[in-house]
Amino acid sequence: MSSRIWPIMRKEFLEIWRDPRNLGFVLVMPVLMLLLYGYGISSDVKWVPLAVYDRDGRSPARELVRRFTSTEYFVVTAQVGSLREFRRAIDTGQAKVGLVIPEDFSQNLAAGRPAPIQFVVDGSDSNTASIAVGNIAAIGKSTELTPRDLRPQILVAPKLETPVPIELRTWVWYNPELKSSNFLIPGLTAVILMMLAAMLTSLTVAREWERGTMEGLIASPLRPHELMIGKILPYVVIGLVDVVFILLVAVFLFRVPMRGSLTLLMISSTIFLLGGLGIGLFISAATKSVQVAFQLSTLATMLPALLLSGFFYPIENMPPILQAITYLVPARYFLVVIRGIFLKGVGLAVFWKELVFLSVFAVFMLVASSAKFRKRLE
Amino acid sequence: MNSELAIEVTDITKRFGRFVAVDRVSFQVRRGEVFGFLGPNGSGKSTTIRMLCGILLPTAGTGRVAGFDVARQPERVRENIGYMSQKFSLYEELTVQENLDFFAGIYGLAGPGGAARREEVMALGGLASYRNVLARDLPGGLRQRLALASAILHRPSVLFLDEPTAGVDPISRRQFWDLIRAMAAAGTAVLVTTHYMDEAEHCHALAFIYQGRLIATGPPARLKAGLQGSLVEVEVEPGQLLPALTVLQTHPLAREAAMFGAALHVTVDSSEAIPTLQASLTARGIAARRVETIVPSLEDVFVSLVTREVGA
Ligand SMILES: Nc1ncnc2c1ncn2[C@@H]1O[C@H](COP(=O)(O)OP(=O)(O)OP(=O)(O)O)[C@@H](O)[C@H]1O
Ligand SMILES: [Mg+2]
Repeated sequence: MSSRIWPIMRKEFLEIWRDPRNLGFVLVMPVLMLLLYGYGISSDVKWVPLAVYDRDGRSPARELVRRFTSTEYFVVTAQVGSLREFRRAIDTGQAKVGLVIPEDFSQNLAAGRPAPIQFVVDGSDSNTASIAVGNIAAIGKSTELTPRDLRPQILVAPKLETPVPIELRTWVWYNPELKSSNFLIPGLTAVILMMLAAMLTSLTVAREWERGTMEGLIASPLRPHELMIGKILPYVVIGLVDVVFILLVAVFLFRVPMRGSLTLLMISSTIFLLGGLGIGLFISAATKSVQVAFQLSTLATMLPALLLSGFFYPIENMPPILQAITYLVPARYFLVVIRGIFLKGVGLAVFWKELVFLSVFAVFMLVASSAKFRKRLE
Repeated sequence: MNSELAIEVTDITKRFGRFVAVDRVSFQVRRGEVFGFLGPNGSGKSTTIRMLCGILLPTAGTGRVAGFDVARQPERVRENIGYMSQKFSLYEELTVQENLDFFAGIYGLAGPGGAARREEVMALGGLASYRNVLARDLPGGLRQRLALASAILHRPSVLFLDEPTAGVDPISRRQFWDLIRAMAAAGTAVLVTTHYMDEAEHCHALAFIYQGRLIATGPPARLKAGLQGSLVEVEVEPGQLLPALTVLQTHPLAREAAMFGAALHVTVDSSEAIPTLQASLTARGIAARRVETIVPSLEDVFVSLVTREVGA
């Protein structure tokens, strides 16, 4: 390591340390965000009023409804007999969620065919709605009626090994109690880390431009890569401290199970952080203004990490174009990794591909921003 | 390579899009020389310095600094120069000592030798008793000295100072110039820009730059001697300054006339024109309190050069 990197790191730490705003930003904000969003979003939405339009009416259909209403998440407030009544129940707010079971549901199930059911969710309260959708998906999964689950006198399945799927595509595994915080906290961690990493680096470089200190550095024998490494390393350290903070909050406050390897979590987080720091450097090579850097880095990281990572909306439910875009969102891969480590306790064998992508992304971003930075000097 | 020449600039040009910020500028600075760069706002002083420091790439022309080509060997150039930009370029959240440590670090001056050098520049800038003060809290004059101290830590053979004394009180300015002259005496070449004409008098050589072009170079004395004709200062009642200026500017014997503080400066072919000028003013009802030839200042030289440039 070049001897010029160390003075830059030292200076960077001193600047962070001296400015209390930085310290708050770096250490308090992530935990605060986790608490705010964590409690805000994950306060489990219970007793959602459900309208049921059962056009089948046979026993498997009633069993299905019972599966949903036996949880504390849904309560039937309307049993309707026509599409018009169904509509009115939703429109008037009598029910937030409606379930339509088609006439051939039992027959499909019996024949081993996919048996689609339809949920209608009142989206006007998006928070409740998105959580309700998650809950539906979760229950749908656990309700995947295998022939063995069903009373033999009602259904005779043709093939005993294969489960008969109910057509609901979002499945929840390893979270049988359906605690949404188990799901949301790892996702939030990805969002917070990505945003923090990009923001911190883009701000530290933009500040050098804005204050005029960058000119002095360019006129010195300092090489671009030395400057970049010296600026990135302190934030890797800080990012990892944040990971530990977040981990503590997640495990002790939100009671998210941590089933996997801590080492693997730290290594994956480092790789993910490097990508975020790379985004930050790339942004700072494009603007000399602190304010623009702030806005760009939020825009470039928070929105994709929130909306396109599979955190809020299941990727499978997105239009194909958006689905294609999600492949470029690092948070999508990190989500697989971090949920895997937290909830499933799985390791590299399961998500090595995701880690490879994250590494490639980090290297690409760092090289690209280094090149862009060099060009910047005209 | 001429080892006496610290800076050698030939037809250096910088365009930003279609705008020509620096237009075929050529000059030379010898070792141990203080070279002053004078010009109004936006004339291209900083842009020229940035090109010579390897911060901006010249669009055309060449610049050699400490024997290295600024476009082709920018890294070698950077090792041999000290640069003080026109913006305060230190870390405000760091103390005097920490700032110096930082610059020592990036110039590879760690270790005991470096520590001694840090103490040396700290003493030179009179900063020793402020070593634990945050740069943010330093008064203006000391900030500039700290910036200079950081720029000379690595004993550069060429020093670029872009408006080093802007906004600094007169006593601090004088101290600062003592430092500059001492360094030049020790063999450093110094290229300095300033808006203060009195500071320009301290330079060994000057270059006037106007709208990106060099309009005159030379030692201050020769520039002043080069002003053709005599310079006449006219003092009138404050309320009559503008009418008097109009009269003098259109006067057949006056080559140039310009406002100069509370007085007017008129360039004439010889001092014999004075009675005629006075008569013309009286004819318009303007009472001149004083009309006499004076020794031109650098500002007169500059105004005269610019007027000629604009007229051409
Ligand atoms: N990066 C840039 N892009 C476009 N125009 C620029 C750029 N840098 C400088 N200029 C323009 O070039 C001209 C010369 O600027 P420069 O900063 O060299 O002037 P200066 O002589 O240093 O002025 P001052 O005394 O105000 O510092 C100005 O008109 C300025 O607007
Ligand atoms: Mg300037």
